[in-house]
Amino acid sequence: MERIPILKMGEYLLVTIQVDMHDRLALTLQDDLTTQIVKHRSRGVLIDISTLEMVDSFIGRMLGSIASMARLLDAETVVVGMQPSVAITLVELGLSLQGIRTALDVEKGMVTLKSSITESTQDGDTSPEF
Amino acid sequence: MLSNNKLADVFEKRENEIASKWLELQFADGRKVSPAAQTEAGRRSRDFLGALKNATRRGADINSNDWTPVRDFLTDLSAGQAKNGSSPSETATFVFSLKQPVFTALREEHGKDPAALGDAIWEATELLDKLGLLTTEIYQKTRESVISRQQQEMLELSTPVVRLWENILALPLIGTLDSARTQIVMQNLLEAIVQTRSDFAIIDITGVPVVDTLVAQHLLKTVAAARLMGADCLISGIRPQIAQTIIHLGVDLTNVTTKATLADAFALALKRSGHAVVRDNSKPGASK
Repeated sequence: MERIPILKMGEYLLVTIQVDMHDRLALTLQDDLTTQIVKHRSRGVLIDISTLEMVDSFIGRMLGSIASMARLLDAETVVVGMQPSVAITLVELGLSLQGIRTALDVEKGMVTLKSSITESTQDGDTSPEF
Repeated sequence: MLSNNKLADVFEKRENEIASKWLELQFADGRKVSPAAQTEAGRRSRDFLGALKNATRRGADINSNDWTPVRDFLTDLSAGQAKNGSSPSETATFVFSLKQPVFTALREEHGKDPAALGDAIWEATELLDKLGLLTTEIYQKTRESVISRQQQEMLELSTPVVRLWENILALPLIGTLDSARTQIVMQNLLEAIVQTRSDFAIIDITGVPVVDTLVAQHLLKTVAAARLMGADCLISGIRPQIAQTIIHLGVDLTNVTTKATLADAFALALKRSGHAVVRDNSKPGASK
């Protein structure tokens, strides 16, 4: 069965979507990714969609739910490399993916991921006041 | 048709008489007209009368092929007038002023037969009114085409994306925002973000005269799309009235960073991207 590869880089997981995304594939990815996060105890997930040229509402929602699931498992998600036409489509569909962090390319995405993980670690270190 | 032939007969017999009287009438409103323009008007009037004479001989339906020369003549004339900026009544007067000399000529021909005179005058009125309306219609069409061309040009001109710093873009919006323009603005901005690898985009709405719910929605869409691409979007140039309108309309801009002026937004973008602007006090212009 066709699968999207998930690469492990230290405490991060790297997902590059390079084929046409269809619904079955998206669900498999969701399944694999959550499994891998738990298995490797990853702190961050970087999803590169720079070659994705078309999205529909399902894929858009899937990106959102992957981010929410990852957050439940204590991992930050950054979506990088979205193309202008994809961004416009998502906005027109009413999916502005409020919960997801975004970046322009993989390089900037890594920086965002690192800084957000440092932030959350610091948050964790300071003991809550109540 | 008999009465129509009457009209054609009169045109035939008294062409020169009508032409000279008509020409006088065209300049009767006391405008200063150069000799060249007068010669031009004379030539134009004679050409038109000639075409009109031939056409009346063949039939009264101005939409038929026999009338094509007359229609073409009026089309050229009205289109020219519209582009020159003449008023619609000036354009229509060219045809309507022909009535008086034609009526005079008809009265002189048929003065002894009131019934024939009435018929002939009615025929002439109907014909000239149609031609007058035709000129006005063409005038209007020419104006509309000018307007739509200008709109197209404005659409192409009005959405520059300016690079303020190595990773900061500005998008000064001028004029009313509608769906078509927002689409272009959004596309331009997103493409510029990819091209320049920018982290910040400042949308400046100083030049947007009115912000209603639709415009606000368009702005929010643009901000959301830029965010999806990984760029931070700031909105600046919100005038006091606009701020009031936005709140009265109940538009929720709490998720968007807004600043009063472009300078403030630029300073914030610099700060967020880790730049600092420092004043050098040793320079002469610094001591203010």
